[in-house]
Amino acid sequence: MAAVLKNPGIKRFSDNVAKFWFAMGPFRYLVAAGLMILVPVIMERGYLPEWTLLGYLDGLYGTNILFTTGVWILLALGLNVVVGMAGLLDLGYVAFLMLGAYTTALFTESGSAEQFHFAILNPWLALPIALVVAMLAGVLLGVPTLRLRGDYLAIVTLGFHEIVRQTMNNLEVTNGSRGIFGIPHPSVPVTGELGLDGTPYWQWLLVPAIILAVIMIKHLENSRVGRYWTALREDEVAAAAMGVPVTKMKVLAFVIGASTSGVAGWIYAVKLNYISPNNFPLLQSILVLCAVVIGGLGSIAGAVLGAALVIMLPEIVREASGGAEVFGFDIETGRIAVFGVLLIIVMIFRPGGLLAAKRRRVELMEAGAADMVISEAGPDPDETAAPVGQEPVVTEGDDVRAPSEGGEER
Amino acid sequence: MANAPLLELRDVHVHYGVIEAVRGINLTVNEGEVVTLIGGNGAGKTTTLRAISMVHGPSHGQILFRGEDITTLQSHKVVQKGIIQVPEGRHIFPNMSVAENLEMGAFQRTVARKQLDQELDHIFGLFPRLKERRKQMGGTLSGGEQQMLAIGRALMAKPVILMLDEPSMGLAPQVVELVFEVIAQVNADGVPILLIEQNAQMALQAAKRGYVIETGEIVLEDEARSLLGNDRVRKAYLGEE
Ligand SMILES: Nc1ncnc2c1ncn2[C@@H]1O[C@H](COP(=O)(O)OP(=O)(O)OP(=O)(O)O)[C@@H](O)[C@H]1O
Ligand SMILES: [Mg+2]
Repeated sequence: MAAVLKNPGIKRFSDNVAKFWFAMGPFRYLVAAGLMILVPVIMERGYLPEWTLLGYLDGLYGTNILFTTGVWILLALGLNVVVGMAGLLDLGYVAFLMLGAYTTALFTESGSAEQFHFAILNPWLALPIALVVAMLAGVLLGVPTLRLRGDYLAIVTLGFHEIVRQTMNNLEVTNGSRGIFGIPHPSVPVTGELGLDGTPYWQWLLVPAIILAVIMIKHLENSRVGRYWTALREDEVAAAAMGVPVTKMKVLAFVIGASTSGVAGWIYAVKLNYISPNNFPLLQSILVLCAVVIGGLGSIAGAVLGAALVIMLPEIVREASGGAEVFGFDIETGRIAVFGVLLIIVMIFRPGGLLAAKRRRVELMEAGAADMVISEAGPDPDETAAPVGQEPVVTEGDDVRAPSEGGEER
Repeated sequence: MANAPLLELRDVHVHYGVIEAVRGINLTVNEGEVVTLIGGNGAGKTTTLRAISMVHGPSHGQILFRGEDITTLQSHKVVQKGIIQVPEGRHIFPNMSVAENLEMGAFQRTVARKQLDQELDHIFGLFPRLKERRKQMGGTLSGGEQQMLAIGRALMAKPVILMLDEPSMGLAPQVVELVFEVIAQVNADGVPILLIEQNAQMALQAAKRGYVIETGEIVLEDEARSLLGNDRVRKAYLGEE
């Protein structure tokens, strides 16, 4: 894999693609949205050849996988802020997805007549509520864990997932382990009420949410906040000494992280109609983290790629082998198997992740010299092909997990 | 408040849970001074510094900066006032280059690129070693270089008062010498300094006044020159019989 990525031809090609991509400026988000909306239509009809891999995912089956992928991209984007940018190891991130989904269920006309509701609202009105509840939960998790670092934080967040899940499992208002059914689909203009097919959810809800999330996170990353997070992740004591508002920035990371999964939870609930605690096993939190790490901690493009891989790859493997199994396992076990192996391979050959966050060069480095610097800093001159913008921002934002210089020292 | 000291600690107590690590100390730093706080391991020096920077604020007492109580402020507000510390144990940003580390020091202020470069050059003038290594990652620097970087970064914050926590710890004699030279030079440029040290000899030579802290209390306070001649100091901190 590393060899392929180092191949000069491929590298030149990917560099050119990246150059072209960023030359489009903000317009690139429109192009991305257009592509993301068009490709599934072709994919659904089965027009994509199999060598594109996406060709395996046709029909309703494919659109539902696409839907799940979209939800996971939102999750990975949010978790990447917490873990990749702010450096806070969160192993219970799916708790926020759960809270978003359950909030949606409890504020819409779901379940039986006797089912408890806080209010019965149009599903669209439940969206801001789900968002706010998830963000408040971010504060709730962030504030008491401020003093915790590394392993301790990981364990507490792990517990947070289980606490939320067990609460949903045991409360009467959430209908316990039976879950809540009949969550209404939202209506959109043109199409009317969305049904069970994944494509319209992808096109109407997920693509806009993903694009907005990417723009928001990119903006934060390039702002003072991104710089603060980098400092915090690098060395908390030094960050505090240099005047980083440590408390605020940690809580903010949790809140921003939670926001995307609150929205994801809403989309998840209104599409599937039915949610129960069993939909949110702890393993999901681990898999989202897996997606973020494989993609490249701190890399937005990496989070998207990682999520797509985690969801789609096992399905593609299963379809391609023409059976119901992935390497002899059922799909969920197979997913873990595939990712265990992929994670190990990626960590060996590209420790910064597939699309490792490239250090955005502080422009004090002369344009040409910057490349040299990266290769002289470490033994591995493997510059990542990750397309990263080089907006001329004065001394702003700095991502530092490129494989060539990170790794060993931490 | 024209003649108030720049920094004044009044009866400051600091607790870690039930443990009282600092027990009512009084300390002042005036404009232009180098003041040193010396004491043995666990005496409460770092605790005092962390209280001033409000990273771990006092449980009782006042810390006045130009007459204004800063114990109600959050730590980043204290930094914004120009009370800048070089924390114990050289905390630099390991995956940032030397130049980027230095720039992190300046990012609380809004500085034009040109001026920033001039300020960087000034730091490189103080520490030529850093200039040679401006593009090297912080984490790969030697201990001495990291200490220089930590000091340089603090200077980039344009301190109104600079506080250093054991800057000579674990450094070779030549590097210690360089660090003290820089401290003298920074002070000559008008920046008052609170210097925390176990290296009492060097610290008292560099300082105008000194305080000796033992188990959370100030036990001696005098002109640095007098402390150098003080029996108790000579026995406990200068290793003389
Ligand atoms: N976070 C903490 N929690 C509990 N006790 C602490 C904490 N930090 C310091 N202490 C205790 O407070 C006392 C003073 O510690 P401090 O770090 O201020 O000493 P110091 O004078 O800086 O020593 P050294 O020269 O070894 O750095 C010590 O007894 C120490 O064990
Ligand atoms: Mg100390």
